[in-house]
Amino acid sequence: MTRSHAVESLASLATGMLFAAGLIVSGMVNPAKVKGFLDLFGRWDPSLALVMGAAVGVGLIGFGWASAHARSALGLPMRMPSNRSVDRRLIVGAVVFGIGWGLAGFCPGPAIVALASGSSKAILFAVSTLAGMALFEWMERRKEP
Amino acid sequence: MQIDWTAFTPGSAALGGLLIGAAATIFAVLAGRIAGISGIVGGFLRPRRGDIAWRVAFIAGMLATPALYELLGGRMSIEIDASSATLVAAGLLVGWGTRAGSGCTSGHGVCGLALRSPRSLAATLSFMAAGFLTVFVVRHLVS
Repeated sequence: MTRSHAVESLASLATGMLFAAGLIVSGMVNPAKVKGFLDLFGRWDPSLALVMGAAVGVGLIGFGWASAHARSALGLPMRMPSNRSVDRRLIVGAVVFGIGWGLAGFCPGPAIVALASGSSKAILFAVSTLAGMALFEWMERRKEP
Repeated sequence: MQIDWTAFTPGSAALGGLLIGAAATIFAVLAGRIAGISGIVGGFLRPRRGDIAWRVAFIAGMLATPALYELLGGRMSIEIDASSATLVAAGLLVGWGTRAGSGCTSGHGVCGLALRSPRSLAATLSFMAAGFLTVFVVRHLVS
């Protein structure tokens, strides 16, 4: 492992921890709470909107800096997405994801954090998510000549 | 719509959101990467040399945090009311959809919005709308 790989892994470890802490503190690791937010037409818990708003508010500063630089503060290549256009696949994918999110109350981040609880239902969801990702990869590879 | 004031937790939501925003910011500034969980996990299914260790480290950090949090006296509550069959279906949809849509709540909903990307705004509005509609159908039409 090169030095830059080690630095990158260390930054990743710290970020993963901070990110998970945010999910736990905000309550977003709990599917019941997420469903409370998604129940817009019932008894609505606006918490998730506040989580996202605060996260984006903080992010605006950092991502503004990131998109104006070619290298990260640690000298790693800046890999911000260049594709900003909307296409059909994006919308279809997002809608399919949203349906699954509404059914379980889980999205990928909280599902990983919940794995640590050892709950068999969390494990079942995480394994199914991986299978869904693998299914997508398989479909993509079939398209390639 | 009726706001559930007893369930609403503005303080912890804002604090947690600040932590998530700080994590995404630190990752972009230090590592030059997007803290998008579905993308980080999805990369394992397209393995490339030198592209695995950081992903493992990120996931390991996420998995280690609940234990640390409880060690510090915090309590993590996880209530999953969906049946096993629903969880399998939901997982398949979330896995396929986040890869096809190039991101999830973290990648599009936090990082992409902070990048002021129209693509991420469209994705976020789409998965939010689909989530609202799904819970409406399941909670108020079917049951």
